[in-house]
Amino acid sequence: MPSDFAPISALLILSVAVSLIIVFISRLLGPFHPTTRKLSPYESGMQPFGEAIRRIPVKFYRIAVLFILFDVEVIFFLPWAVVFRDFKLYGLAVMGVFFFVLMIGFVYEWKVGGLEWD
Amino acid sequence: MDITIESLVFLIFGALTLGAGVLVVTSRNLFHSGLYLMMSLFGVAGLFVLLAAPLLAGFQVVVYIGAIAILIIVAIMLTPGLTQIKTLFNEQWMVNLAAAVIVFLVLVSVITPLMDDVGVDNWNADFTEDHPKAVAADSMTTLGEQLVDPDYFMLPFEVASVLLMAAMIGAVLLVNPGQAEDESVVPPEGEEV
Repeated sequence: MPSDFAPISALLILSVAVSLIIVFISRLLGPFHPTTRKLSPYESGMQPFGEAIRRIPVKFYRIAVLFILFDVEVIFFLPWAVVFRDFKLYGLAVMGVFFFVLMIGFVYEWKVGGLEWD
Repeated sequence: MDITIESLVFLIFGALTLGAGVLVVTSRNLFHSGLYLMMSLFGVAGLFVLLAAPLLAGFQVVVYIGAIAILIIVAIMLTPGLTQIKTLFNEQWMVNLAAAVIVFLVLVSVITPLMDDVGVDNWNADFTEDHPKAVAADSMTTLGEQLVDPDYFMLPFEVASVLLMAAMIGAVLLVNPGQAEDESVVPPEGEEV
């Protein structure tokens, strides 16, 4: 039932409201005299240079792809975990095959050094 | 038309989805587009909840917002210079607009009895209270049972693991190609070719 999600929507509304209140209260009650220097991003007292958004090494892409894969794997675990007691050993075997095939990929990745940063 | 809580929530999430979607394609900073895409996907998750499909909503948050949007942002941050482009360079506004209008008209014609009035039969989807049937409340349990049932999705479920394994190996090979390949290009140090 969608009404089951009422607590989640309450949480959403509260978190949005609280963050808005925090932003606006500090603006309302605190002094506000902006200068170019004050508005510039703080970089440990150094002159800021370059763009804030930099190119990142391709290694991060590998991490992101691996994260997606394990994420999808968890998604398959969820509905299975709800019922696996009813199916006893058979349910465990079905997930075992699924998990074993994934572990082949994981062990390969580990051996090749896919989990090393350098 | 009286406004129920459900229709109000639908309006909020519909506006969130569409508004963030418009910002995705009009934002001048590609990085911001990626963030707006997350917002739009979140609106879709809310719509899934309204459609009594909480499982899909959860998957939407975990997989799409949690993983795929992150992958898209990482891919944006890999590209040189794309984050610095300050002008829109889409020159296919007209084609996109035409496609959007056509899809919208088809949807309207399916949902409303418009085509029946013109005389085309079997075009209207004919939605009523009981058709399509409401999603079962224990959809999670049903999905779990059918995932391990050989008559339903057991085989696709196992094949999915092969697909995931292939993607895992592909990701590793893509980023650091195999050592054998490296040695064929660059000879190891201290050796004469």
